[in-house]
Amino acid sequence: MPYIPHTPADQQAMLEAIGVSAVADLFQDVPASHRFPELHLPPAASELEILDELYGLALKNSSTGCYATFLGAGAYNHFVPSVIPYLASRGEFVTAYTPYQPEVSQGTLQAIFEYQTMIAGLTGMDVVNASHYDGATAMAEAAIMAVNVARRQRTKILISPSVHPQYRQTLRTYLSAGQAAVAGDENLRSTLADLTGMLDGDAACLIVQNPNFFGELMDVAGLADAVHAAGALLVVVANPIISLGMLKPPGDYGADIVVAEGQPLGLGLNLGGPYLGVFAAREAYVRKMPGRLVGETTDTQGRRAFVLTLTPREQHIRREKATSNICTNQGLMALMAGMYLATMGRQGLRAVAGLCYHRAHYAAAEIDKLKGYRVVSRAPFFNEFAVQCPRPVADVNHALREKNIMGGYDLQADYPHATNQMLVCVTEMNPRAQIDRLVAGLASA
Amino acid sequence: MNSPEPLIFEISSPGHTAFSLPALDVPLAAPLPADMLRAELPLPEVTELDVVRHYTRLSQLNYSIDTQFYPLGSCTMKYNPKVNERAAAIEGLSQVHPLQPEDTIQGSLELMYALQEALKEISGFAGISLQPAAGAHGELSGVLIVRAYHHSRGDARRTRMLVPDSAHGTNPASCAMAGFSVVEIPSDRRGNVDLEALKRTCDETVAGLMLTNPNTLGLFEEHILEVCQAIHACGGLMYGDGANLNALLGVARPADLGIDVMHFNLHKTFSTPHGGGGPGSGPVGVTERLAPFLPGPIVAWQGERYRWTMPEQSIGRVKAFHGNYGMAVRAYTYIRMLGAPGLRAVAENAVLNANYLRVRVAPHFPSAVDRICMHEFVAHGDVPGTDVRALDVAKRLIDYGFHPPTNYFPLIVHDALMIEPTETESKRALDAFADALASIAREARTDAGLLHQAPHHTPVTRVDEVKAARNPVLCYKG
Repeated sequence: MPYIPHTPADQQAMLEAIGVSAVADLFQDVPASHRFPELHLPPAASELEILDELYGLALKNSSTGCYATFLGAGAYNHFVPSVIPYLASRGEFVTAYTPYQPEVSQGTLQAIFEYQTMIAGLTGMDVVNASHYDGATAMAEAAIMAVNVARRQRTKILISPSVHPQYRQTLRTYLSAGQAAVAGDENLRSTLADLTGMLDGDAACLIVQNPNFFGELMDVAGLADAVHAAGALLVVVANPIISLGMLKPPGDYGADIVVAEGQPLGLGLNLGGPYLGVFAAREAYVRKMPGRLVGETTDTQGRRAFVLTLTPREQHIRREKATSNICTNQGLMALMAGMYLATMGRQGLRAVAGLCYHRAHYAAAEIDKLKGYRVVSRAPFFNEFAVQCPRPVADVNHALREKNIMGGYDLQADYPHATNQMLVCVTEMNPRAQIDRLVAGLASA
Repeated sequence: MNSPEPLIFEISSPGHTAFSLPALDVPLAAPLPADMLRAELPLPEVTELDVVRHYTRLSQLNYSIDTQFYPLGSCTMKYNPKVNERAAAIEGLSQVHPLQPEDTIQGSLELMYALQEALKEISGFAGISLQPAAGAHGELSGVLIVRAYHHSRGDARRTRMLVPDSAHGTNPASCAMAGFSVVEIPSDRRGNVDLEALKRTCDETVAGLMLTNPNTLGLFEEHILEVCQAIHACGGLMYGDGANLNALLGVARPADLGIDVMHFNLHKTFSTPHGGGGPGSGPVGVTERLAPFLPGPIVAWQGERYRWTMPEQSIGRVKAFHGNYGMAVRAYTYIRMLGAPGLRAVAENAVLNANYLRVRVAPHFPSAVDRICMHEFVAHGDVPGTDVRALDVAKRLIDYGFHPPTNYFPLIVHDALMIEPTETESKRALDAFADALASIAREARTDAGLLHQAPHHTPVTRVDEVKAARNPVLCYKG
């Protein structure tokens, strides 16, 4: 059998040591009526057979290698430097467990401490946890944290309709037991002014996404003051996170909690997972934070050492009184994001953000010239923008695919008033020639 | 090898870079208003070789399955086959966007569908959602399903969830997030749920029972059928925590035993790596009557193609996009490599290994309950007549080259050492581990100080956790 080392002689010796005559004797506690069911599964495959099967499945997909991709909307096609998969595939990282034993886990612990530090700098926040499952679950946990910061005396979560639709859906699932009510996005056209107008003594937080789901940069001047004046917290979803290579960090405009999808930081697309839930907060709230935290300390000889800390917030200590039930997180993804930020560095992340920004604006300007097409938003944007198409987006995208172009996201699915509007995303992976192909493709679609 | 590695910030040097990007090939756009832009970007400046050496050295400070025996109870630290990693890296399977049209991802959908089907067959459940990203995420999904089911029947009185005292902390924490109050059920002397205490607690306010079987003592619940019967009789549902499913592959199907909803841990049972804390994957399985409540989307075969579908009374999305798909690719590869006979052999050899080790260790560290165990067992880790505790034994094992077992859990056993060898360890590895424990028991009586100060040969010795918590330093301040 694959991966099972015992010879029959080994098994016999072990059974004798245990004092039973057969392996089946070890399962007497299992009700006989249900013991050893016959499982109907495909016959076992050898390594080369399963790889053949998987290569066959891969051929039934169209990957980014087959298309020029202009699809974003929460998952982004960015370049992953070669060092990332190479280093992140080291067995010492991949096959280690959660670093509960600090003496034999300094590698993971230090790497996560560095990740926490780099994300704190990127977001302008004080403290960062060791990750959530993805941006959506990080945001849902931020809302729960805001309720806990208010000692559960405030039970309304205000959220902008321009936060990613799937994030808003996830939030509602997390709060479906009635811990807090979600409001603000009933009207999908609500503006920031409408939302701040809804702030009252029951609001635990206001959640905005910046750049928002349509790619627009929000006018955040005075926003935090309004939220804080009402006694609530400001939660910012900083998607796409690459924008922080250029934009003012949310900490600088008064955010109390910043969450983001960390996938653009070297993780690849992977059909939506494993991704990385980035979670950062102000120091004042650290004891209400969910998730694991790595802290610096010293060992018995006074040497610098790292350890999981403030664990009394967590489920394995506090059980039903924990700040969250999270246990397994996305540790390896956080480690990879740290590698990415180290590799891109101070200059490289700015350069990526710049390529995204300038190419997206070139694309928007060219598309806006096309007959029948119009860039909808007049607000500043980073690398995504909504385009009014002359026909349903599905039809346009179908025509683009004939030309090996993966078009943008159909906004009408989530925003019925956005009839025939496509959300186009441009990154450093889309050179000018690809953009020109997109423009030509749209013209003839 | 043991020398400390500087922080990446400490090897940063102005002007150094490690990236390579194309030149700008479009006209410069008008800049954003200055008040929207950041001034500083506090990231390191290092060379590519700096990055490679830094992370390679960091990796060398870890114990891992690839380098050491890792008998961490309840975590199923089995060998992670390398073909899984190769499978997950296949470009056609990995470089796909989650919002691509269904007809451009039929291969991925077929794989996810086949994994759903395999998990159904292994567990006996009627429906599976691959959405949850980890075990606790699956738990939250599962208890929300329980809640949604009761509410759909107009039954809002069921506000209590029963949880055995041996349960993982995630169980009560998940209940609390789903709005249930938690009632702890004691264990009996043989390590089972105390059946009489359970029956006394069952009434029309009980939403269900969260049961880990085999439980965290590594014992199969001897009264499993009666437990399920008692819960069902009062109108409750049985939640199965699938953390210990490794012992049941091809041995018993949870749904056959009476479990209504269960999460799987693909990162335990199905060999996807733990990644130093994640990613995991926690699919949730349910019986027929709960299938409409599954989190979605899930993959269905409709009209000659695979499609995303949302179950009609779904609890909703539990994350963006489609679960930890990369873990699904690995788990699917593993299941296909093993087939049905291989999966049963996994459980049989996991249980054989645990019992062999239990018997070998017992003369020095007796088991908490003297019974045939399943995939793991819990021993008392103190050494009577000395001041050596489980923590000392665990730390001393590091000096012998072993990762410590889970310790001080479950909470109902004093000085617990929870040992799970898994099926992938050889008899030679198990013997070496048992010999080390015997040697440590001798050391406890002759040189206890050696144990109190262990480990001795690691990059750092025992760390000051109190200091870390009292004055938290969570970022490098330069």
